[in-house]
This record gives sequence, C-alpha cells and structure tokens, in this order.
Amino acid sequence: MESFVKHTGLAVPLDRANIDTDAIIPKQFLKKIDRKGFGKHLFHEWRYTDYEGTKENPEFVLNKPAYRSATVLLTRDNFGCGSSREHAPWALADYGFRVIIAPSFADIFYNNCVKNGILLTALKSNEVDDLFNETLNTKYAKVTADLPAQKIISPSGKIFSFVINPFAKDCLLKGLDQIGWTLQFNDKISGYEQKLATTRPWLA
Amino acid sequence: MGKTLYQKIWDDHLVQDTPGQIAIVYVDRHLVHEVTSPQAFEGLRASGKKVRVPNKTFATMDHNVSTRTKDLAKTEQTSRLQMETLSKNCKEFGITLYDFQHKDQGIVHVIGPEMGITQPGMIIVCGDSHTSTHGAFGALAFGIGTSEVEHVLATQTLQQNKAKSMLINIEGGLGKGVTPKDIILYIIGQIGTAGATGYVIEYAGSAIRSLSMEGRMTICNMSIEAGARAGMIAADETTFRYLQGRDFSPKGDQWQKAMAYWKNFKSDPDAKFDRVINIKVEDVKPQVTWGTSPGQVTSIEGKVPDPASFSNPVERQAAIDALKYMDLKPGIPMSSIPVDKVFIGSCTNGRIEDLRAAAKMSKGKKISAKVQGIVVPGSGRVRRQAEQEGLDKIFVQAGFEWRYAGCSMCLGMNDDQLKKGERCASTSNRNFEGRQGPGGRTHLMSPEMAVVAAMEGRISDVRKYL
Repeated sequence: MESFVKHTGLAVPLDRANIDTDAIIPKQFLKKIDRKGFGKHLFHEWRYTDYEGTKENPEFVLNKPAYRSATVLLTRDNFGCGSSREHAPWALADYGFRVIIAPSFADIFYNNCVKNGILLTALKSNEVDDLFNETLNTKYAKVTADLPAQKIISPSGKIFSFVINPFAKDCLLKGLDQIGWTLQFNDKISGYEQKLATTRPWLA
Repeated sequence: MGKTLYQKIWDDHLVQDTPGQIAIVYVDRHLVHEVTSPQAFEGLRASGKKVRVPNKTFATMDHNVSTRTKDLAKTEQTSRLQMETLSKNCKEFGITLYDFQHKDQGIVHVIGPEMGITQPGMIIVCGDSHTSTHGAFGALAFGIGTSEVEHVLATQTLQQNKAKSMLINIEGGLGKGVTPKDIILYIIGQIGTAGATGYVIEYAGSAIRSLSMEGRMTICNMSIEAGARAGMIAADETTFRYLQGRDFSPKGDQWQKAMAYWKNFKSDPDAKFDRVINIKVEDVKPQVTWGTSPGQVTSIEGKVPDPASFSNPVERQAAIDALKYMDLKPGIPMSSIPVDKVFIGSCTNGRIEDLRAAAKMSKGKKISAKVQGIVVPGSGRVRRQAEQEGLDKIFVQAGFEWRYAGCSMCLGMNDDQLKKGERCASTSNRNFEGRQGPGGRTHLMSPEMAVVAAMEGRISDVRKYL
C-alpha cells in the first residue's frame, strides 16, 4: 500500500451531501477482476453526458479547467455512503485523489480508503464552509494535508486540526501491510481456534 | 454494569486487543460473491497465501446473474467472466460455492439464513454492505471492502475498532398495511442516513418481538441506510424455531448446547447504550421515498416536500437536487405519482414471506397495462417454495413476470434495469441516482405497496385494499 505523510495539491469543491459509492463508481464498472483503471469512470454519470463516457459534461466541477488536476476533494456530509464497493476508493485513487475533506464519512468507505492510501479528514462544518469559500474564490487554490501534525492548511493559510485513529494514522504513514500486521498474532489466532473446539464445538 | 448484546459478541470474539492498537476479532462465517471477491483472491495468489479456514467461507453468485435464464452462455460477457472467476477461485482455494446453476443459488443474504449458515452470537462478514441483514439472528454482521475480504480469507480475522451502541426500542402493534419495511424506512427518515454512523444498532421492543425472522431481516438489512455498521436483534424462540433443522444448524445434542450458548446473547437489563431512541409503532404509516436518498421519505399520506421547508441549507440543496433528478414538483401527493416499472425482490424484501404478502395483494387482480412488473425470488429455495404454494401462478395471472433468483433490479448489474427517465416502485433498499439503471427513478416501499402501485399504475395507499 502507498504511504501517506504530507500532501499539497489543488482542491476541487464538490458541493453535495450524501454522495454514495454508486455515484462514485456506477455498477456497470464493477465487473472487472483487477484493481486498475477505475479512475476514468469516477463520478461517471455526472462527469459525462453519454453512457459510453466519451462526452464530458462541462458543468461538472471536475471537468472545469481550474480544477482539472485536483488531488484534494472537498465535499459534504456522509461522503461514501451506501455500497461497500472498494472500487470507489480505487477509482478516487486512480483518478489522482490523495485527500478527501468533508464533515463526515460513511464507515465502510472510511476503512476502504485507509487501505488504499487515501487520507480522509473530517473537519467541522464551518471549517468545510471556509474551505469551500476559499477554493471557489481563489484560482488554483492549494490545500495541504499534514498527517503527522494532523492539520489541514487552507489556501490562505488557515490551519484546521483533524482527528484520526492512531492505528489508521500508522497504517497510512508506513503504508502498512495489514495482513502481515495481523499475522504477527498468528499464535493467538490459532489459540482462539483451539478454544472453539470446547466453547462452540458445533463450529469447530 | 451489564453488557449489551454487541459487547458480548465483541468480547467473545476478541483475539487480540492491546490498548492503542486496533483489535483483532475472529470471524465465524465469511460470505463471498462474484463482484467484490476477485481482487481479494488475486491478492492471496500474489502473496502466496492460502485461505486459512476454507469451511468458514461460503460463496454464491447473485449480483450479476440473469434472472431470465440459467444458461451461462446467454449471460453478458463481463458478468460471465466474473462468475467464471469465482468458480475458479472457489475450486483453487477449496471454498463451497452455490453457483449460478446450483438449485440453492441466491442472494447471499437470503441463502445464509435459510441454510442455517447464519447463527446467533456469530461474527459474520461479507464484501457487501447489506450483510447487516444477518444481525436479525443476534449475530454481529457487517459489510467489508475487498481488502478486508482478502484479510479474512488469509487470517479468518478482521481488524476492528469498537463501535458505539444504539438501542432503538420499537413498541406497540403494527397498524393496518404497516410492514417491517415501513418501520425501517420510518426510522431512517427520523434519524437520517448518517444518523447511526459509528454505531451498532440493537432493535428491541414488543413490535420487534412480534416479527417473524423475515421481518426482522428486512429491518436489520437497511441499518446500513442509516449509516450503522450493523443492526442486530437478540435471538429468541422465533429465532430458534427458524434455525432448527436447517442444513448448517447444529444437530442432535449439539443443538441443545448451541441453544444454551445462544441464549446468553442478549443485552443485560442494566446495559448502558451510548444512544437510545424510542419509537411508537402506532406512529408509523406505510412509507414511500420521494428523493434520491433513503432518508428522503414520507408516509403515503404525505406530499412531495418543498425544499424551502428544510432549514438546514445542505438538506435544502439535497432536496432541490433530488426533486430535479426525480422530476417531481413540491406539493404533489405521493399517492398520485405514476410508475413505469415495479420490482419485487432483493435482500430486503425477496424472501418467502414477502412473496406471500405480495401474492395475497395480487390474487385475482391485474396490474396496469402500462406497467412492467417483475417478481424476483431471493433464492432458488424461495422460488421453489413459492411455486409449491402456487404464488408464481398468482403473480403471472396478475401480469407479473416470474423470474429466477438474484439481486436483479435492486442494483441493475444484470439486464434488469430502468431506462433513462423510467420510474419504479421498488421493494429494494436504495433510491440513489442511477442505482436501478442510469437515469432511472426509484421509490422505495413495501412489497404490498409495490403491488398496489403495479395495479393502479401509480403510487397508492395499500390500506384502501385491506
């Protein structure tokens, strides 16, 4: 997994609450059997005006020239709700997003992002409002996410703190192999399995 | 202090828990389907790992499958590749598979319970958000991503942070025409689609106790639509009666031992929850969604709301966006909105009891000539049972199409889709933009309400017919 320490990049404001993973990556693109190439289908129904995805919708914020190379996504409450599809973070990462800022995120989506080196930062609603204002009013507004310091720095230099679970932070900083991490407790897993034979023999 | 049901299952499954680190919990049952698993098996191959305990994982094909044919050759090519990949992976890694042509194939959250794979006190995971369904048995069940699927395959465990606990007490008797679907839609409308984010919900109270396992599954199924990690209901005699004699249920003296163990899994009377919500079920009327999020819901007596009536600017904008997408004007009565298609099925409402309820409403009636109605049983067993009871004939005589089992038009990964601009009365769980097909418009409701919508060609109040 790619590690995440600090990132500065162009921020794109996607002003909508409850963006679900069906909107992030629609079902017709879930039929692949590898993890690659989902970025071109990100936000497909909003980003293109045709089903095939050949005609860009110029009204959609990601397609506007000022935000084309954005790597920081600024959005609203409950981002990533709905389906557990990890294709959503695969599409966001493949498109180039490294950081997502919103007032809140859906639970499964949050876990999936940590496993794909994307930093999700939940800020207060008024702080997100500030960032929306700055990115809408400043050309090529850059936002910095500093994971060790747990800070977001706005284009004008305002500093917002965010909270992150220490284990998720560690995973991101080190690009940790999480299966490898768990398997250091292999003896404990085996011990639990042996115990099952007496506590729940019908399952052993 | 007493413990909650969630806490008891958590404690019982802890493999490793050092302060400051993430906990590791043991997974009793892992369910797998064709869409969210290929990359996980590929990961195992790439790192040279095996499946740690192959007999704790069960696989089926549901998302992609055709509901019109059992001929794999007639299935669209990319779907077929995903199904063939699952067959190959299950064979290579030694996992039991109920494949497309297996008589018991079906939606993963329908076949798990009906085969007795799902049992009280378990931790059950699946690469699918509606895994919360299995919580109806007093299990802790939740959806995971593909990286976590790989983690479970490799280690039979999962890294977990403990969630907060929420108790939703639902008391009273269900009114005429009110179903478990209406209860859960009402709850989501009350607490919002992120109202339970970070929580595991336990549903309790006299209304819950009165429900069948099918009804309880409908409620737990949509916990994710309120943002919850999981929803659960403590096991009781209804649960045990349902489980006895099923394929994977404990047998003989093991059954008695298992029941004694399962009976521990209920919240203690003095258990403390982080949040408690009380609902009087008498307040719940038949529900129907008007927007593009399950929280955008009202009763069948209601009207499409005016976005200006929302004080929160984010909710107001969401309502404006939703009404534009849904092509609805504020103020029109819900029971006037015309529909083009009706979908009865899904992991929310595709079980035998749902089909019995829908058939009862359909008996001797005809659906509107301008409506296409499809009934998709949740599994091969549900289909056979329904046919034994003659429900298929009732549906066909009423003008519905009777299909094979699968996820079907809940998410339209197969060819059961809405066309652009089509409007659907659906018993599924998500009314997101494009969910049932690009540009399609979804109104969520109970199976009984969906039948009435099919008959009248518009959304209407089921209570007129009761």
